[in-house]
Amino acid sequence: MAERSFAKEVEKLRLGAGEEFAGEGILAITKALLQCGVGYVGGYQGAPISHLMDVLADAQDILGELGVHFEASASEATATAMLAASVHYPIRGAATFKSTVGTNVASDALANLASGGVTGGALIIVGEDYGEGSSIMQERSHAFAMKSQVWLLDPRPNLPSIVKAVEDGFELSEVSNTPVMLQVRIRCCHVHGHFIAKDNKRPPMSVADALSAPRRDTGRIVLPPASFLHEKEKVAKRWPAAVDFIKSRKINEMFGPDHGSVGIVMQGGMYNSVIRALQRLGLADTYGDTDVPLYVLNAVYPLVDDEFLAFCEGKQAVLVVEEGQPNYIEQAFAAMLHKAGRGTRLVGKEHLPMAGEYTGQVMLDGIGSFLRANAPHLLPGEVRAPNKLGEGVDTADLINVVPGRPPGFCIGCPERPIFAATKLVEQELGKHHIASDIGCHLFSIMPPFELGATTMGYGLGPASASAFNSPDAKRRSISFVGDGGFWHNGLTSSIGNAVFNKNDSVIVIVDNFYSAATGGQDILSSRASNRTKSTRHPIDEAVKGMGVKWLRHIDRTYDVGKVRAALRDALTTEEKGPKVIVASSECMLNRQRREKPLVDKAIKGGERVVKPKFGVDEDICTGDHACMRLSGCPSLSVKSLDDPLRDDPVAAIDQNCVGCGNCGEVADAAVLCPSFYRADVVHNPGRWDRFLESARRAVIGLLQRRRESRRLMFADA
Amino acid sequence: MLDQASPLRPKPGASDDERVIKLAVLAVGGQGGGVLADWITDVAERNGYIAQSTSVAGVAQRTGATIYYIEMARDTGRLPVFALSPSQGDVDILIAAELMEAGRAIIRGFVTPERTTLITSSHRIAAVSEKIEPGDGRASSEKVHATAQAAARRFIAFDMEKIAADNGTMISASLLGALAGSDALPFTRESYEQAIGAGGRGVGPSLAAFGAAYDRARGVAAAPAGEKAAAEPAVAQPRPTGRVSGPETLLKGWQELAARVASLPEPSRDMAERGLKKVVDYQDIAYGGEYLDRLDTAIALDNAERGYALSIAAAKHLANAMCYDDMIRVADLKTRSTRDKRVRKEVGVKEGSVLQVTEYFHPRIEEFCGTLPAGLGSYIENRPKLAAFLDRRINRGRHIRTDSLTGFAMLWFIGGLRRWRRRLLRHRVEVEHLERWYDLALGKAREDYALGVEILNCRRLIKGYSDTYARAQSKFDRVLSALPMLKGREDAADWIRRLREAALKDENGDMLDGALKTVATLNEGAAR
Repeated sequence: MAERSFAKEVEKLRLGAGEEFAGEGILAITKALLQCGVGYVGGYQGAPISHLMDVLADAQDILGELGVHFEASASEATATAMLAASVHYPIRGAATFKSTVGTNVASDALANLASGGVTGGALIIVGEDYGEGSSIMQERSHAFAMKSQVWLLDPRPNLPSIVKAVEDGFELSEVSNTPVMLQVRIRCCHVHGHFIAKDNKRPPMSVADALSAPRRDTGRIVLPPASFLHEKEKVAKRWPAAVDFIKSRKINEMFGPDHGSVGIVMQGGMYNSVIRALQRLGLADTYGDTDVPLYVLNAVYPLVDDEFLAFCEGKQAVLVVEEGQPNYIEQAFAAMLHKAGRGTRLVGKEHLPMAGEYTGQVMLDGIGSFLRANAPHLLPGEVRAPNKLGEGVDTADLINVVPGRPPGFCIGCPERPIFAATKLVEQELGKHHIASDIGCHLFSIMPPFELGATTMGYGLGPASASAFNSPDAKRRSISFVGDGGFWHNGLTSSIGNAVFNKNDSVIVIVDNFYSAATGGQDILSSRASNRTKSTRHPIDEAVKGMGVKWLRHIDRTYDVGKVRAALRDALTTEEKGPKVIVASSECMLNRQRREKPLVDKAIKGGERVVKPKFGVDEDICTGDHACMRLSGCPSLSVKSLDDPLRDDPVAAIDQNCVGCGNCGEVADAAVLCPSFYRADVVHNPGRWDRFLESARRAVIGLLQRRRESRRLMFADA
Repeated sequence: MLDQASPLRPKPGASDDERVIKLAVLAVGGQGGGVLADWITDVAERNGYIAQSTSVAGVAQRTGATIYYIEMARDTGRLPVFALSPSQGDVDILIAAELMEAGRAIIRGFVTPERTTLITSSHRIAAVSEKIEPGDGRASSEKVHATAQAAARRFIAFDMEKIAADNGTMISASLLGALAGSDALPFTRESYEQAIGAGGRGVGPSLAAFGAAYDRARGVAAAPAGEKAAAEPAVAQPRPTGRVSGPETLLKGWQELAARVASLPEPSRDMAERGLKKVVDYQDIAYGGEYLDRLDTAIALDNAERGYALSIAAAKHLANAMCYDDMIRVADLKTRSTRDKRVRKEVGVKEGSVLQVTEYFHPRIEEFCGTLPAGLGSYIENRPKLAAFLDRRINRGRHIRTDSLTGFAMLWFIGGLRRWRRRLLRHRVEVEHLERWYDLALGKAREDYALGVEILNCRRLIKGYSDTYARAQSKFDRVLSALPMLKGREDAADWIRRLREAALKDENGDMLDGALKTVATLNEGAAR
């Protein structure tokens, strides 16, 4: 079950024609898919489209009512391969994943799909994880569209435009027999807005219909000679069809005056930022009415030559606003102008940065600079020659004060003790080469653990350590892979590869029962029962099945001593071949979400419940913070004592502690200090509990009073 | 670059009605910023505004800094074009759910003196980098307060986390209360409360926290006692005047010691009294006498012109050195009735619930020998094979339940070894170390007063247990190893201070080693 439940919101998917939908961008896309009569949907979770998968999963009843099939695909490649259902059958299908990482994984299937082409509309919704808050390498999805020649839509970031893009996307796909990618940027996915709904449509042909009347066409299969024909067909038939559609349906939009000496061309997704810059320059109003001609590319691939050339007609200079690099669009437009022999000056990355997110300030600076250079007459006086509004505040000092706050392990995270154990084992056996993977466990690279040298892709942790396999080696490499990555492709690419190549390394599979980093979606080895999916397939069985002989399973990662012992064994055993440790404990975020309401209810209902929490004896803690260097738990922090005898702050555990046990176990395993204690509160104790308690307290009280009556007692001590 | 603060020039004809209000929330992942953003959007819509909120979900929410952004404009029938992320110099209201996030907002240019209302909770959530330093790595809150005063048009700061916790809810409720109370948005209090009510979950506590924060923001409610006013630096608390109780004979002994403290120079009295209490509490009256005897030698060297800095440092660090952390002390502290009360209060044990307390011990041969009579202890320590043999039996984690009779009795017994402490091996070792350090400090103080003070202050380095303690000892020794190199230098005290500060920066003393290398090069020029 996912971290966030959309059970309530999905009811909005039932809205009918004329009703107003209010909600997140992700939900709007789902609604648009249903309005388009989609026959099947699938995808793989990952920010920023995790919620799209969660919405679909929570909407399965509604999907079922409409006869729409939903797949929680094993990977982005799986999701894209699924679109093969639209090759021969006129069924609309949609796949969604994070880009560019997901698109990388999908590109094998994407290339095959694009070659043969589609009959039913095939839409790939890519969540663009670019710019602030992104967790991946900064690349562009644009290149994938160009190399496979699939069309790329990049709508203006508001709900009506995204919904329209879904509708346009399916039609474009069908008229040009080409899959279409719809790109939505990270903030657009989570934007809250409104649009007027239409009725949902049942797919005219369902996947069940297709199965009962199978079709095939050798000409659509990627094998010579058909594949050579596909290449020609792409440029001779599909491309012109797409350009015609984009032009005739006015997918790209023009704003502002018809004529002007300058103009701005932009990706649709950049429109709001361009308008904001123009607003701040005094050239646009609240509603986007502007004095500058704008050409908005809701379709960024293919580009429409004559549309662009017409826009440039009579303009001295045109600015291309294209986020990311390389600047494919700018290059293409420059070539068009050159070939058409036009004199319009095309500029882009001269005024805007070559790389990096186009933030508000970047846009203001870039567009301001473009206009000052090419159309100063448009600009109000105070923009052309601004009066200095004071020096502002000097923040140089503050930069050295404010600490960075990168994401890290949550309170009570079961992965923390695994890395505490790794740090401890390195203290014994020395530093090792450690390969990391994608997932929450990648936070190990940050303080306080600082473990891990590379991350090469989902499920590829052990694969990325595969070169380190030498008979001369004195030390083994350690690699990590999460359960999400393991099932995504780690089983074959990492484990199978290590077995086959007799890799003598140590592999730790971090199993927290979910694809946790993407929002806690279920996967094959999830322990919970799932109404529509098959779970509870143990990772160790799969690993054994791949041929791993040395396998340890730790079923409570909080046992730091045990994890350390397993790692030590794995690093020192004489046995050859991969040494695999499966370290399992449930993601605390998900566990709390599941258990907390139940526990609260049980306590209220008078049931006996034991609730753990950790604490620190502040007079025993010496303030050396060794515990924090093995934890980093948000709940374990520092506090000042009101005691001039003490210089350094001591450890303190706040109210958010979930009593995971890491503090005590680490203090024990690393022989830190005896200041931690675990306090178990027994709510609604039974008769026996109460009897024991009163007996114990009577004797303990006696002993305490005896000693305390013979010593000096300081009230403030 | 254009001036950051260039104001949005409305298009000619645009009325104030069409103005876009821009509001950003900076929070730490897990604080409930999403709930706050939803509430604000709801309030705006209830008041006839069109609102758009955005956020960046995903891993950014896993305890890292995160931003929610809301734009709103009065609904005139046309759809405004809103931006999806805040721009420098273009934010009307900035809400920070933690003080350093307010600092981050200022650094990022989201707070401008001409227009931004900055509302921040003044509480701190220490970042990992602040927590892992062996010393005090925490960032200066005062600096953020001071800059914020200058950077914002209005600055509202108080501990909203505490208000939320006191009312049993999340900080989002008190942040919303502060926003409503600030009147930065043209909406009524009722509409905010309706938005909270519409949320449906935990409405009562949320409304209570909302109300309390609303009053604080309007200045109706005063800051609770103990909470520092914004931008006011930490003030030392007044000297405690704690009550002392106990058997008549001991009280008499205490009064004699207290009288000795009263005769000390005034500036050193406070620290001496605290130190005295600590050592008497740790051991006994006689130990307090030893403490004052030792302190007297420092005071004899001291004078009023120096402000008795040497005596104060001696009073402080002597007490800490004499109260070394051994098994007896830990056991004693863990079996006191006051400790039981504190745990119950911290954990919040309600009447009718039962508390079970588990302690985590990991004794090693070193601790074991330290608790043996000095002769026997060193006999074992001098025989590595025997020590290793015993260590294999002793060295493992022991989880002891101090709410159970056996667990408690065991610790109670160890705590009772206090009366024999002076004869134990650990005491002998500690006293030797203390005297070496103290004699060194006072010896140096005679020629270089400031250097003496700094050597005393180096005691701060010694802390922790087992390996951490060993590392601390090594850092202490390394810092003092610079003394020969600094001999005769006027800035010797300064260098020892710098070395000590470097030693507190990281676990292994890498910074310290770097600083020591610098010290080693100091005299090279002169030597050449």
